[in-house]
Amino acid sequence: MAAVTADQTTQGTAGTAEEAEAAHLATFDAAVAADDRIEPRDWMPEAYRASLVRQMAQHAHSEIIGMQPEANWISRAPSLRRKAILMAKVQDEAGHGLYLYSAAETLGTSREELLDKLHAGRQRYSSIFNYPTLTWADVGAIGWLVDGAAITNQVPLCRCSYGPYARAMVRICKEESFHQRQGYELLLALSHGTPAQHEMAQDAVNRWWWPSLMMFGPPDDASAHSAQSMAWKIKRHSNDELRRRFVDICVPQAQVLGLSLPDPDIRWNEKLGQHDYGAIDWTEFQEVLKGNGPCNEQRLTQRRKAHEEGAWVRDAAAAYADKHSARPGTAGAAAQPVEATA
Amino acid sequence: MTAALALGDDALVLSHRLGEWAGHAPVLEEEVALANIALDLLGQARMLLSFVGDEDQLAYLREERAFRNVQLVEQPNGDFAHTMARQLYFSVYQHLLYEELAAGEGEFADLAAKAVKEVAYHRDHAEQWVLRLGDGTAESHERMQLGLDALWRFTGELFEPVGGVDIDRSALSDRWLAAVTSVVERATLTVPSGPQSGAWAAGAGRQGLHTEPFGRMLAEMQHLHRSHPGASW
Amino acid sequence: MSSSTDWPLWEVFVRSRRGLSHTHAGSLHAPDAEMALRNARDLYTRRSEGVSLWVVPSTEITASSPDEKDSFFEPAGDKPYRHPTFYEIPEGVKHL
Repeated sequence: MAAVTADQTTQGTAGTAEEAEAAHLATFDAAVAADDRIEPRDWMPEAYRASLVRQMAQHAHSEIIGMQPEANWISRAPSLRRKAILMAKVQDEAGHGLYLYSAAETLGTSREELLDKLHAGRQRYSSIFNYPTLTWADVGAIGWLVDGAAITNQVPLCRCSYGPYARAMVRICKEESFHQRQGYELLLALSHGTPAQHEMAQDAVNRWWWPSLMMFGPPDDASAHSAQSMAWKIKRHSNDELRRRFVDICVPQAQVLGLSLPDPDIRWNEKLGQHDYGAIDWTEFQEVLKGNGPCNEQRLTQRRKAHEEGAWVRDAAAAYADKHSARPGTAGAAAQPVEATA
Repeated sequence: MTAALALGDDALVLSHRLGEWAGHAPVLEEEVALANIALDLLGQARMLLSFVGDEDQLAYLREERAFRNVQLVEQPNGDFAHTMARQLYFSVYQHLLYEELAAGEGEFADLAAKAVKEVAYHRDHAEQWVLRLGDGTAESHERMQLGLDALWRFTGELFEPVGGVDIDRSALSDRWLAAVTSVVERATLTVPSGPQSGAWAAGAGRQGLHTEPFGRMLAEMQHLHRSHPGASW
Repeated sequence: MSSSTDWPLWEVFVRSRRGLSHTHAGSLHAPDAEMALRNARDLYTRRSEGVSLWVVPSTEITASSPDEKDSFFEPAGDKPYRHPTFYEIPEGVKHL
């Protein structure tokens, strides 16, 4: 995805700087308006670039921090089938983090730089992962609700105006289609299992429902980046629009599960042809965002620890490559494509 | 069914240990690699255990003393070098063993033929890392040597006879030593010189005698399943 | 906090089945070519997406510049005689 980074771009020479800038902007605006894709070496407004890096970084960070609450249950998965599914899912999240960091690298921001910002608390990840997974049913609730909300958000991103991001999202959405289904199936088994299992499932849905709704971000009238992102077609639908779509999808699914959603105000609105739902506690959202969620500290600490404890391994492999002259850009680098036939 | 249980437990327990790396690997690419290996092993375990009975009953409801895995695979992960030492010792053994089983006509021939491709990759992965850690930096060299040394005394057990696996154990042991020595020396490391088994523990895992960390591992693995007797998941 | 020896970036090309060319699948980090190939296998073919892989250091790729795209690609646009649809053939003539 990062074939050529933006900093390698050479600028045109015609006219004054302002004229060139205006011409570039016109080309860019026309491309976005025509639903054309912007590619890494194309000229783009600085704010567009910054906005993309911010969003892709946050997305990538969410994937890798999001491994933690689920990995928490790999060692305790109650059947070997579930254990295999969960391991494959957590592995996918690492893979998705990788795709997204690669997409961000096309804009000239290295993964190392983004990870440093995450570790220093200067870039965010989705607040949802600051909630703990207390029981096995939480694995199901994350699959059904959290991944469900993520997919609702992500499917439109497959048409995002920035090519590498859109392509990464196509791959991610394809791979994630099993994530939500496995969560739903897990909850279904619990809901129709023993009374204790049913209770476990209901409790998990009660705890994850509201945080999942918050995943769509603040209401449209309070969202800082929404309007510009929509204009640039980085984003395709507003926060509230996607949130409502998600509620409409979940209500009948919950009925099939035999579980209730913890919102007495959910009801079908005949006139609008959609569900009404209760007020979201945005104070909680803001608090978790500020770092006061149940697991903010824990998640970041574990991430930093894994990174720091892995430093000697990364250094060792780099040192080995230097000694054996196998690094690109050094003499003897593998000039021929190495072919592996599976 | 001693053999299916022994080989199945090896794969199950090692898969569990590798699964503990999730979220802790030194680099994202390695998260993906370690999970692939763990998933291969879990798949092998499920097939092998199903020769014996219900996979979940066997995995979740047996007591520690009924497990037949070698003690090597139950050893805690330690640092990345320690895990790679365990991977090298085990995957070279498993690769040589499965190659023989795949070539034979025993009941595991088909299973081994599929698994041998997976295991060849596990072996390659371990070898690549032992080379890089051994011949990387001074720190990685030291850690890699420590890992190899610490686990050496669990390697003798790999060549204890297993009922139902009819192969030349001493030839297997010779080939294993030659293969491990080659990698270790290319990695500028030293093949440990101590005994390959503790005096009291020769072949003990295969007879249901394990090490202390194993009980704790099983407690964690089995707790949820055991808390809901008869439930389906 | 960042390591002084960041692993370089590699581009990954996957042949999805025999008979097709390798196509760009994405990128990854690896310390050297051997590890890049293995990481590519784990990351980009774990759902049986490929039968063969190439890895190329990203820095080894030379790309055309978007600023030159007019001179690079537009001249090809007014030469329709390179396409078979340019030619009119009487109805009924076969194997052309």
